[in-house]
Amino acid sequence: MIQLLVFLPLAAALVAGLGNRAIGDVAAKSVTTGALFVSAVLSWIVFVQTGLGHGAAYTLPVLDWINSGDLHVAWSFKIDALTSVMLVVITTVSSLVHLYSWGYMAEDPDQPRFFAYLSLFTFAMLMLVTADNLVQMCFGWEGVGLASYLLIGFWYYKPSANAAAIKAFVVNRVGDFGFSPGIFGTFLVFRTVHLDTILAAAPGLAGSHFEFLGAQVDTMTCLCLLLLVGAMGKSAQLGLHTWLPDAMEGPTPVSALIHAATMVTAGVFMVCRLSPMFEAAPAALTVVTYVGAATALFAATVACVQTDIKRVIAYSTCSQLGYMFFAAGSGAYGAAMFHLFTHAFFKALLFLGAGAVIHSMHHEQDMRYYGGLRKSLPLTFAAMTIGTLSLTGFFYTSGYYSKDAIIEAAFARGTTPGVVAAIVGIFVAFLTSFYSWRLAFLTFFGAPRWAGSEHIQHAVHDAHDHASPEADAAHPHGTEGTHDSDGEAATHAPVHAQAPTGTGGYHPHESPWTMLVPLAVLSIGALFAGFVFHGTFLGPDAAAFWRGSAFVHRDLAEATEHLPAWVVASPAVAFFLGLLLAVQNYLRDLDAPRRFADTFRGLYAFLVHKWYFDELYGLIFVRGAFAFGGLFWSGDRNVIDRFGPDGVSRVVAGSSGVARRFQSGYVYSYALVMLIGVAAATTWFAPRLFGQ
Amino acid sequence: MTNLPLLSVLVLLPVIAALWVLLAPGGEDARAANARVTALVVTGLEFALAVVLWLSFDIASPDFQFVERVDLFAPFLSWHLGIDGIALMLIVLSTFLMPLCILASWQSISRRVPEYMAAFLLMETLMLGVFAAQDLFLFYLFFEGGLIPMYLIIGIWGGARRIYASYKFFLYTLLGSVLMLLAMIYMVSVAHTTDIRALLTFDFDPAVQPWLWLAFFASFAVKMPMWPVHTWLPDAHVEAPTAGSVILAGVLLKLGGYGFVRFSLPMFPEASVDLVWLVAVFSVVAVVYTSLVALVQSDMKKLIAYSSVAHMAFVTAGLFVFNRQGIEGSIVMMLSHGLVSGALFLCVGVIYDRLHTREIAAYGGLANTMPRYALFFLMFTMASIGLPGTSGFVAEFLVLLGTFSGSTWLALGMTTGIILGAAYMLYLYRRVVFGTTDKPDVLAMPDLSGRELAILLPIALAVLWMGIYPESFLAPLRAPTGAILARLHPVAAPPQVPVKPGRPVLPGSAGR
Repeated sequence: MIQLLVFLPLAAALVAGLGNRAIGDVAAKSVTTGALFVSAVLSWIVFVQTGLGHGAAYTLPVLDWINSGDLHVAWSFKIDALTSVMLVVITTVSSLVHLYSWGYMAEDPDQPRFFAYLSLFTFAMLMLVTADNLVQMCFGWEGVGLASYLLIGFWYYKPSANAAAIKAFVVNRVGDFGFSPGIFGTFLVFRTVHLDTILAAAPGLAGSHFEFLGAQVDTMTCLCLLLLVGAMGKSAQLGLHTWLPDAMEGPTPVSALIHAATMVTAGVFMVCRLSPMFEAAPAALTVVTYVGAATALFAATVACVQTDIKRVIAYSTCSQLGYMFFAAGSGAYGAAMFHLFTHAFFKALLFLGAGAVIHSMHHEQDMRYYGGLRKSLPLTFAAMTIGTLSLTGFFYTSGYYSKDAIIEAAFARGTTPGVVAAIVGIFVAFLTSFYSWRLAFLTFFGAPRWAGSEHIQHAVHDAHDHASPEADAAHPHGTEGTHDSDGEAATHAPVHAQAPTGTGGYHPHESPWTMLVPLAVLSIGALFAGFVFHGTFLGPDAAAFWRGSAFVHRDLAEATEHLPAWVVASPAVAFFLGLLLAVQNYLRDLDAPRRFADTFRGLYAFLVHKWYFDELYGLIFVRGAFAFGGLFWSGDRNVIDRFGPDGVSRVVAGSSGVARRFQSGYVYSYALVMLIGVAAATTWFAPRLFGQ
Repeated sequence: MTNLPLLSVLVLLPVIAALWVLLAPGGEDARAANARVTALVVTGLEFALAVVLWLSFDIASPDFQFVERVDLFAPFLSWHLGIDGIALMLIVLSTFLMPLCILASWQSISRRVPEYMAAFLLMETLMLGVFAAQDLFLFYLFFEGGLIPMYLIIGIWGGARRIYASYKFFLYTLLGSVLMLLAMIYMVSVAHTTDIRALLTFDFDPAVQPWLWLAFFASFAVKMPMWPVHTWLPDAHVEAPTAGSVILAGVLLKLGGYGFVRFSLPMFPEASVDLVWLVAVFSVVAVVYTSLVALVQSDMKKLIAYSSVAHMAFVTAGLFVFNRQGIEGSIVMMLSHGLVSGALFLCVGVIYDRLHTREIAAYGGLANTMPRYALFFLMFTMASIGLPGTSGFVAEFLVLLGTFSGSTWLALGMTTGIILGAAYMLYLYRRVVFGTTDKPDVLAMPDLSGRELAILLPIALAVLWMGIYPESFLAPLRAPTGAILARLHPVAAPPQVPVKPGRPVLPGSAGR
């Protein structure tokens, strides 16, 4: 069953990808979507059996992979509670995204390729979470990276999409700069890459030392920090986050699946999977906590000033991943996984909702040209509102349970990093509420500001010309995402300037049912997943649910029962404060954001430029690499060749004419030299050997 | 085992075919057609023979097998052949690539076809001879002779600066060959045998070993090529015709690595251990240096040539960490690189045949007009980057794992190569395949023909096979690697368990 679950998406991807135009759009889409729904059903069965039903964890070997000396790696599936949670998340969101893409990508000429990539991604992600050893995890890790690269660059004719795709891949490779040595080091210490063995042996190695880069360092801390770098790359944590916002160049269903619900949570999953290792390395846990808290804060501040609807949600994702990290750093792996679980629903919902808005607004992504859409798109509006309520942690929604659990657990941990993270978490909850409602108000409330949008103008113009079918088919999505925020900050400052109001004669329509059904299903998840499952993931019986697949601190769960009242109440207070601030600025006093931007120019520029990470990295790494590349290349020509072969030819030949004659006879001279050599050898020691 | 002298047939069949191709009567067209068909059939037959060899090979034995010996000019030159698992895999690689090279030259070579095919067939004889030779001087003859047809291929069928390129190639290799020959003469005079098997167990004076080691190093480092004697490679690749590049990257670059495995490590173990710093420094510099140089290239073949130097640095680094993962990984890297870089040069050849330029800037937007080509190119790009599931990953992973056990500094230095490798290959792919173009000649390029598909598909399947089930390729390496390690280990002790125990922390109490 597991084999079917995992390999069905691969088979579908191959059929759709290799069949492509030969089998046609409908066949390719049906095969992939059908395969994913089957996988999803199987996943829920596994979840019920292994997770909820407390079935025994098991390992299914498939095939030998790499055997070299004492290194033994096999392709095999490890199924336990942790895996079953991930299976459900991945296949559920993926199948819904497949269905959604029927509507969203309907006009695209390359649909089989798109669906093949989506299914390929799902396969790689399933391999990642079912890995029973670190190397197979690495396979999934890189496989999702490949799929992400292909999907971000899906519209390959857009230079910005290509740049974003390469950036995503290369930044993740920087993460591998830690992840790979982490695996090597783990093998060096444990002499195996098999997870069960490593995790069983990890506690015994706490406090031990080994040599790394010539220094004696704490074994587990070093290994965990190396692995953490990989996790930071995949999960877009501060420092290695720069690829995630740019990844929004990909089609929106991709953002929902890969860059919100599944792939970016791989880092969190890894930390939870390896939780016994991290538990043996308290210093590494502290780093995890601080990295998570810093990311949560950073991304939330940047999200407050973005104007591209997808980028707001992207930074929000980054920020929520920060929550999951500091939850894990505080030892609350169950809470981290629970937030991963609920976040998958409400963030996929928000992305798909945003996709529906973008679809209706003719690929306009800039919220400054939205406004008043709740009347034209009532169903999308309802879905987005549910997503927003859940993200901001409104009472009894999914986000309420998981986010509060994280903040409480971090505080209950009682360590300095835990308390710092909890306080940052409360402040970020306020920011989350603010930017989420800002997004909702800018999009769905106020007067329509559509007239200023070039996309809308084109759409209206095309409709009047009756020439739209051809023009539309030629460039179906070619302009999505042209409001690149970098260019934007430079060209139209200040960002908060209000676009002129007016509909421009445009009438947005609600999306087709293929897009609305996934929204409805995810809305149910965003509303009720927390209520239904919080007892399972977090409650007193959590240890019985996880059964060792993720580390459970029993005393931590107990400590969360005795928290000060202000800690318990503060997320709710933060929610209302954020909501109030958004209401004040984006419903009542529309000029306030501009005044704020004018007053605090420095701060505002700092935020709009995303803390200048891209500028800094571009200067140091990209320019640096090209500069050194050019330098070394000239070294090849001007140093090595000049004093090497070219120099020899000058010295030997004296003039170029002689050199050319010499060169043209090179083959014969070479053969001659060789033959003379052999002859000399023969004559030299023939007598010696015969003499014996 | 069979009574047929399989290795002799394998080695000599191509040269006989070469003579037939050259001497066959008829008009120009008939001779060209005859040359093409003969070359294809013979190289195909060679591959079939190599497969027979592989299937009847006793994997468990570290001994040389299929041994044949005819004492031609005893005692200094015997027709003495035999292979171990390492040589076997390299022979399979060479014979696998050969028919594909002939197919790739089917249409692109129209001038002096019989001579061209004869040069390739002669080269096959010499390359297989290198891997099969059990006599020191026989090895030398094959080793150095293999370059002569390559010179001819570059010099006659090459590009505009072919004379300069082959001259550079010649100068570099000359110095190394002379030194290696001197070292060989010394060795034979001391050991009183030219039998490689006997030399493998002969203990050379540790005081002389470094000199012998350095003399061999001079030759092998040029062939690898290692930084800083690599500058002949980009020029040679750029000027060579496509099939020449494939053989150069696929097989000739492996001669140096094979030399290290066959001679330097087991024959001079003390020197190998003493001089390991030299190899480590050259390797890590090569990875960083040539990867950065690859990033700024505007010529596709130069870019892939520089990437070859970086990949070969993984081979040298892995060989000289003296552990099993490192050595096996290095050999897998040779096999993988032979397939992948060969395929990448073939990919360049496909579009070069259409547009006759190697300038990256001349292309763009091929995803639109050549989707099948884009898929294959992507696959080989990913294999070059070392994506898990392809052969490149198995190779890189084992080498880095082995290196990490030897030196964490070296391993981290080499790991930068995987970041930079991704950067330059994806940057190349983006500029060639993605984007849009309005150039009419690029828009008019047709997708892969049936012949091109037949060339690329087998390599793609082999790359996946080696990536998903590398056991087929690792198993024959196990016994010979063990033999090499046995020679090394008295000198280079296997690393002890490096962990110093600390005070175990009870689970659950950590950090409280």
